[in-house]
Amino acid sequence: MVQQVSTFLRREFRFLHKPLNPWSRLLLLAAAVTIAASIFFPLWKMHLVAPQYSDGLDLYIFSYKIQGGGLNGQHLNEINGLNHYIGMKPIQEADFLEMRWMPFVFGLIILMTLRSVVFGEMSNVVDLFAIYSYFGSFSIASFWYRLYTYGHSLDPHAPVHIKAFTPRLIGVEQIANFREHSFPQAGAYLLCLSVLLIVLAGWFSRKEQSA
Amino acid sequence: MKTTKKYWIALAIGVIATGFTGCGKSSSTSQGDRTANALATYVAPGEKDEYYLFYSGGHSGQVFVAGLPSLRHISTIPVFAPYPGTGYGFDEASKKMLGGFAWGDMHHPALSQTDSKYDGRWLFVNDVANNRIARIDLRDFKTHQILGPIPNSMGNHGSSFVTENTEYILCATRFSVPLPKGRVADPKDYEKEFNGMVSGIKVDPQTGEMKVGWQILTPPFDWDLGSTGKGPSSGWAFWTNYNTAMAHDVLEANATQKDRDLCAIVNWRAAAQAVADGKAQMMDGVPIIDPAKVPGILYFVPIGKSPHGFDVDPTGKWVVAGGKLQPATTVLNFEKVQAAINNKTFEGNFRGVPILKYEAVVEGEVPVGLGPLHTQYDGKGFAYTSMFIDSCIVKWKLPPWSGEEKKDLNKVVLDKVQTHFATGHLVVAGSDTKNPYGKWLVAMNKLSAGRHINVGPAEPESSQLIDISGDKMKMVAEAYTEPEPHFAQILKVSEIQPAEVYPKDENKDPNAVWDKAQTGVTRNGNQVVAKLTAIRSRFTPDRIDAQVGDTLTIYLTNIEQTRDMIHGFGIVENNINITVDPGETKTMKLKLTKTGVFPFYCTNFCSALHQEMQGYLVVWKTGEGPANPAPAGATAQR
Repeated sequence: MVQQVSTFLRREFRFLHKPLNPWSRLLLLAAAVTIAASIFFPLWKMHLVAPQYSDGLDLYIFSYKIQGGGLNGQHLNEINGLNHYIGMKPIQEADFLEMRWMPFVFGLIILMTLRSVVFGEMSNVVDLFAIYSYFGSFSIASFWYRLYTYGHSLDPHAPVHIKAFTPRLIGVEQIANFREHSFPQAGAYLLCLSVLLIVLAGWFSRKEQSA
Repeated sequence: MKTTKKYWIALAIGVIATGFTGCGKSSSTSQGDRTANALATYVAPGEKDEYYLFYSGGHSGQVFVAGLPSLRHISTIPVFAPYPGTGYGFDEASKKMLGGFAWGDMHHPALSQTDSKYDGRWLFVNDVANNRIARIDLRDFKTHQILGPIPNSMGNHGSSFVTENTEYILCATRFSVPLPKGRVADPKDYEKEFNGMVSGIKVDPQTGEMKVGWQILTPPFDWDLGSTGKGPSSGWAFWTNYNTAMAHDVLEANATQKDRDLCAIVNWRAAAQAVADGKAQMMDGVPIIDPAKVPGILYFVPIGKSPHGFDVDPTGKWVVAGGKLQPATTVLNFEKVQAAINNKTFEGNFRGVPILKYEAVVEGEVPVGLGPLHTQYDGKGFAYTSMFIDSCIVKWKLPPWSGEEKKDLNKVVLDKVQTHFATGHLVVAGSDTKNPYGKWLVAMNKLSAGRHINVGPAEPESSQLIDISGDKMKMVAEAYTEPEPHFAQILKVSEIQPAEVYPKDENKDPNAVWDKAQTGVTRNGNQVVAKLTAIRSRFTPDRIDAQVGDTLTIYLTNIEQTRDMIHGFGIVENNINITVDPGETKTMKLKLTKTGVFPFYCTNFCSALHQEMQGYLVVWKTGEGPANPAPAGATAQR
């Protein structure tokens, strides 16, 4: 038993100290670029369609801002205007604390990715993957909690009383006269791609001889 | 071609007695045609028309907008008369534009042009009754300026003719009066004391703002319709006249004795130059040109008989007059007109204005039928003339004609289609540009005479859509129009991009308020100012306190930016109702004379809680009620 644990730890130690081959480093570099690029694209989009809004109202969520569709982002005002009937708090960027720290964390992760390119050791990749996964899961959970809060702190004095609800994170659902489509966008896909690139970077160097 | 009066009376009676059977073409349609016609004009729910049709609304004073090919009425643009539906004539800006008049007689709409093509910027319309011209901006389909009453101008009927690049809108008077206006003379001294006028209304090329540029004094003829030149006739304009006799009473008979009337050919560019050269005298603030003293500006040409329309073709070479009391259209060749002017081929002069020799300028008289009024063109060499007495549209071929055709001009008359009934104006899509769209013709008929379901004695007019894309004209649809279209313009929908809302950052009204903190009611002496916002489904504030004797000014801003989220604002028993479009601010002013609590409410259905969108105007006795705060910086006087 002790023997087995000791072997596992030794193997693990050797694995963590494997050098990264040039291919892996290139993939990590690509991952850093991909993460940086994701900042310029929306992560998520909510698209609301009703008979009188046949073209739909759009809400784009970026890592650092919320933007309505239409001229001058008018759709956000319109969504807030409609939400006031059910007593939902206006959606405004100032309330999204995460939008202030997310770009910072993105920068941190990009730095960690570049660090693994330079240091070129498997342990860097593992660190990166662990922290990145934690950050990703936390963000999604926090986003869900946002949706939950908006749907569960309705003003009881609102003109229309509806049961508290949580808007769907991914998928399509009917809310009153609106059909709401909520799906990840280019930014989110770029982040997924970066995770894949990081995993592949580890994979391609899994058989390297440790120093 | 000459006809006696007896013949005409007999004819007119005959026509009336037989119920307008002039064209003799059956109006019944075979089953196959019904399907084809239905499909040609059917615009399915959710689909859109291809063209705008801007009808003048005659004595209703408004412009009606319909779609083609569906011929559906889509909206009304109020111009010369109040229109509670959009609050026009109730807010301060539109009240000021209306200038105290409650109606106008709107006739000939004209789209602005650049290089003799529609540029989609403005639509100009004239008011015959009150001598005005209005400009509608096609960005928001609203009236932005009403100019007039124009000085020295009486009966602004021969209008609104836009020049090639919208430099001017040209107008001529239907009536003559002693000038300047306000001067009185006995109508018996009509020939001596009365005068008509041609006016050049200058248009600012950037803003479209109109002002009276100059005028040309004319004999007291009754100028009728006209048009402006292009191509070879660039810089010229044309008007018919139905009272060369200068009759002042029983015009029906006294003005119709001559076989030909003197029509006007005006060099408007020379007129503008003459004014610039200081050759004009001022009258009532306008530079006036006397054409007897300034040669080269006005020429007369005799045209038979009591002619009505005078329409330049898309090439600018042919100018066609509708004979009205002569069963023919007269075709002038402008190149010959130019030659006659250069060679002084005159047959005399009238009050110092040369009369061009008829034979020297006329290409031919085309025997189109009875009562030809207006002519339109498809740009393919064909002309379409409305026949008032014959109740039909006649298609005929413009010159050049072959020798054989010249010998018998009946040969150039190609097709007739019956209309119902008594067609006045007609419009071919883009006819007054150098590149007509062709394809559609709309006949605007003066009588519908029971074609529709019976709506009592006040019958609507009828409009009929005719497909002119083939060799033979094809009547495909009919609709009923409010009184009373006098001409129309057709514009391709794809050529303009009107606004959907007024963008917030383009609202320059200094009294616009966009958020709650800026709203409120303030008092300064007996001036009470309320600044309100409207958004689904509330006014903020929804209470206004004032007193008898106060003047209350309400600035209402619709802070919506979503299309079609229009709010209304009606105050009961105070004769106030306006609507505000998304992003728009309007001003209402009312003198408070009676105490009471007057509810105000949203009159333009906006939302599920539209009914709840209401508030109160509380008018206290003088000196009573809660004091409104004074505006910041003002000294409260109470």
